[in-house]
Amino acid sequence: MADMTTNTAADPRGPKPKRTFSRANIFLYGTLIVVSMYYLLPLYVMIVTSLKGMPEIRMGNVFGPPVEVTFEPWVKAWSEACTGINCDGLSRGFGNSVRILIPSIVLSIAIASINGYALSNWKFKGSETFFTILIIGAFIPYQTMLYPIVIMLREIGLMGSIWGLVLVHTVFGMPILTLLFRNYFAAIPEELFKAARVDGAGFWQIYFQIMVPMALPIFVVAIILQVTGIWNDFLFGVIYTKPATYPMTVQLNNIVNSVQGVKEYNVNMAATLLTGLVPLVIYFASGKLFVRGIAAGAVKG
Amino acid sequence: MTVASDPPTHSQKRPRRLFKNWMAKLASLPMILTALVVFVGGTAWTVTYSFTGSRMLPKTNWVGFDQYERLWSTDRWIISIKNLAIYGGCSMILTLLIGFTLAACLDRKIRFESAFRSIFLYPFALSFVVTGLAWQWILNPDFGLQSVVRDWGWTSFNFDPLNNPDIVIFGLLIAGIWQGSGLIMCIMLAGLRGIDEDIWKATKVDGISTIKTYVVVIIPMMRPVFITALVLIASGIIKLYDLVVAQTGGGPGLSSEVPAKYVIEYMFRAQNLGQGFAASTMMLCSVVIILIPWAYLEFGGRKRG
Repeated sequence: MADMTTNTAADPRGPKPKRTFSRANIFLYGTLIVVSMYYLLPLYVMIVTSLKGMPEIRMGNVFGPPVEVTFEPWVKAWSEACTGINCDGLSRGFGNSVRILIPSIVLSIAIASINGYALSNWKFKGSETFFTILIIGAFIPYQTMLYPIVIMLREIGLMGSIWGLVLVHTVFGMPILTLLFRNYFAAIPEELFKAARVDGAGFWQIYFQIMVPMALPIFVVAIILQVTGIWNDFLFGVIYTKPATYPMTVQLNNIVNSVQGVKEYNVNMAATLLTGLVPLVIYFASGKLFVRGIAAGAVKG
Repeated sequence: MTVASDPPTHSQKRPRRLFKNWMAKLASLPMILTALVVFVGGTAWTVTYSFTGSRMLPKTNWVGFDQYERLWSTDRWIISIKNLAIYGGCSMILTLLIGFTLAACLDRKIRFESAFRSIFLYPFALSFVVTGLAWQWILNPDFGLQSVVRDWGWTSFNFDPLNNPDIVIFGLLIAGIWQGSGLIMCIMLAGLRGIDEDIWKATKVDGISTIKTYVVVIIPMMRPVFITALVLIASGIIKLYDLVVAQTGGGPGLSSEVPAKYVIEYMFRAQNLGQGFAASTMMLCSVVIILIPWAYLEFGGRKRG
């Protein structure tokens, strides 16, 4: 600031220093702030609603802050909310989602990273063709493949189980993850790979000792991509699991959109927030990496 | 491409070719199986069985195009297609508009850029189910936006998309755009950052206004980014399912049904597999119609360039 004033004093004919409150800037920040309100509103409404009691919700307006803060809706959503005859709350769905999430991430990322490695360093006849089919497959509407997968899962006896859903997530996560790893490994200098070959390292040795340690950042990006993707999945969960193994999103929908009983909006919003919490934490904790993950996903498009 | 990169010494020994790189081939087996069995096989299976009269279980009693004829004479399907067209058209235009405007605002070297970006992008981390339920509550006609605005004094204010079949699609649209526009903003911002500073300097020298520069110079330069964004939005629109199930459940009545929901209802609830297969084949066709021009532009253009 001091620098600028001395400059203008020394050279009065120079360009006018930019004012922070020029009309363009007010317009710019005004737009951004108004739009931000649209984006923040649902989060705000969910939080305040989940902290109110039902009488207050019936009387007051949705945008008002809670007069009396209560955490009871959160407790109820977690451990008492009913889906059909089960009244053990969202905790069951949370447990299922975690049990689906962890093996899915491990399996899908392991397979996709090996694919990407094979595709960029060990090309074989037809490897590019399979890869192209894989990428095109990412655009096919899931609805076209839903039923054949039901048959396949039935044949191997995994229909309705958590492992069946893990397989489905692995299959549908493969195109984008393979692309991610393939592009990353392709950018690693080939000399490194050749030197390892000359030293007598084989397929797995190069993968584990050279490629994996070098690819740690892309592993993190892949994990972020998969955690949010799998956690947020609804379609596969509703089709390939049964009520006892429903993931959190499906259970949440069943709780909130159930037709019986009195609607408890505060419990519903607490449940909704609980379900959204995992991806939100990942999002705010990962920052730039999340953006990198979705940018990689966008390249696919 | 791969054949050319094979060293000639290996290609002379024909019998050993299959086993060359055998470990890489073995390791790629999951990918090969996914590509061939699930993607190609599964799709072909569904398309094939869409010509059968399968009901509860897949059967091979061929009925020709009967399922398609029935599909296109079912009101529910027609409504679904119309809804998807309205939602899709509005969503494409608005998402591009909002995404680009926000990206352009953020690109004006402003303060708190990363804070704004985080705010615009966080809904993208949330699932459609969470999005749908949150907006279902905000748009609740008894307690939500409508009643609040009426309490503020505007007593004739009417906005109840969740009860009004005529505007229910716009209720979905508000939620869909809230969830998805941050991603497009991000892509647009990346595109804007890729544009050379010198272009801006040149237009400044020529005295072209900022807005005109965007419209006349920047947007045409960002054509590939716009195409990518369009393909992303389009593929998201066709998949539209979770949001509808969570926010409106297809209601009121059938007024917010969408094709993806039609497929799943017929396959897994109404036990009319043939209809479900035919409907999903139609969805596949629409994707193909969108993808072929894009692939032509993208890859055809790249060869020429």
